[in-house]
Amino acid sequence: MASYSTNEFKGGLKIMIDGDPCAIIENEFVKPGKGQAFNRVKIRNLKTGRVIERTYKSGESVEAADVMDVDLQYLYNDGEFWHFMDTDTFEQQAASAEAVGDAVKWLKEQDMCEVTLWNGTPLAVTPPNFVMLAVTDTDPGLRGDTSGSGGKPATLETGAVVRVPLFIDIGEILKIDTRTGEYVGRARE
Amino acid sequence: MQAETDWRPTASPDMLRLRASILARIRAFFARLDVLEVDTPVLSTAASTDPALSSFKTDYHGPGVAEGDIRYLHTSPEFPMKRLLAAGSGSIYQICKVFRDGESGAQHNPEFTLLEWYRTGFDHLDLMDEVEQLVTAVLLDVMPIDAVHHWCYQDLFIEIAGIDPFAATPAELRTLLQSGHKVTAVGLADDDRDAWLDLAMTHVIEPRLGNGLVFVRDYPASQAALARLRSGNPPVAARFEVYLNGIELANGFHELTDAVEQRQRFEKELERRRQAGVEAVTLDERLLSALTAGLPDCAGVALGLDRLLMLASGSKCVQDVIAFPFDTA
Repeated sequence: MASYSTNEFKGGLKIMIDGDPCAIIENEFVKPGKGQAFNRVKIRNLKTGRVIERTYKSGESVEAADVMDVDLQYLYNDGEFWHFMDTDTFEQQAASAEAVGDAVKWLKEQDMCEVTLWNGTPLAVTPPNFVMLAVTDTDPGLRGDTSGSGGKPATLETGAVVRVPLFIDIGEILKIDTRTGEYVGRARE
Repeated sequence: MQAETDWRPTASPDMLRLRASILARIRAFFARLDVLEVDTPVLSTAASTDPALSSFKTDYHGPGVAEGDIRYLHTSPEFPMKRLLAAGSGSIYQICKVFRDGESGAQHNPEFTLLEWYRTGFDHLDLMDEVEQLVTAVLLDVMPIDAVHHWCYQDLFIEIAGIDPFAATPAELRTLLQSGHKVTAVGLADDDRDAWLDLAMTHVIEPRLGNGLVFVRDYPASQAALARLRSGNPPVAARFEVYLNGIELANGFHELTDAVEQRQRFEKELERRRQAGVEAVTLDERLLSALTAGLPDCAGVALGLDRLLMLASGSKCVQDVIAFPFDTA
């Protein structure tokens, strides 16, 4: 089984902790002048998203997690699983609701997503930073309002609800930042 | 990093000037007190036996040595400075580069600058006062020192962490750290009490020391290093640590002068290295001979100058105060 020594620790390294795959966020070397050396790490559990802290005695080895990020195209949802495809090999992957998580509200067919695979199966899905989505419901647009103040909720084709300026109408395509869930602008077609 | 772009120093010109001015102030401080500046070898035939220290090692080939002879880069100039003291030097100080394999991070560079000094006729309490005077003099008009606090190791642990370091077993330390302070450690042996105490010190206590100069003294006998033990219940080491704004800055001892006890400690440390699977090193017989000949009653302290510079300049990492840190050296 592959493992890493604490000297290999760095941000992004994937390791197993208590049976769960985790990614190192931060690694800090701590050592009193006279005394034991430690690696104090901040880690994200890739299954739950929770951030925890662990301290390893320097020199220890930790089991590596077989985790990799791949770019896959989102195809469709069959009611239970979300299906993705590698556009080079046409190999498909089915992600559970747990793996898709909050990304579900930004998933649009044909969009390329980053899928995290653990032992070959999807563990997490990251949508593109920006998505173009149509407005399916909102209050009628207020022509001429360009003040940018206020705003109103709009429902998008994926079901996500975002705050948009008052002049936006049903049917318009909007650019949304999925990291913040905020409206960026109208899509330029 | 690319050699085309990272040839430049990481320290700014202002930082280089601050370093030079701090060095000048230290030399002026000791000149006033008539403490002699000395210069001892970096390459030594012997090394520190401390299991927590790893020495860089190199080979010498040359006249008289055809096969190659191991030389260790010193982790501190302590042993040759004690040989000078035993030979009658009187109070001495040294500013030098020291080397510690494996120590690299935001507060560690494997090669760093140490100020080490010894005062004959001083005990650790006298030397603590002098450390305060030196740091105050060096940082005058550079950085204000908010306050000065003194703690005994045991009181500090009880007050800040709710742990009695002399009574708690390693198993209790593990539980207290995990439940009370959310510190979970991996790989620490259940019988390695000092490692658990180091964990509590670095993870729980240091972050709560606050601003100012903090002196901690009376360490557990098991962490005496080269300090003499003071009788008591339990006996404690005449050792002190100095923190400035929560960062470890210096470590000092009322020095052990007993050659027999020193040899026993070295041998115990070599045994601990064997048990831990850490490489054996050559024990410093010349230091032991000097102690046998007679080390005057003295106290000594080593202070990390890069750390002092970090604090004086408000830098977040030690690499910012070093012209060429290890990665680009």
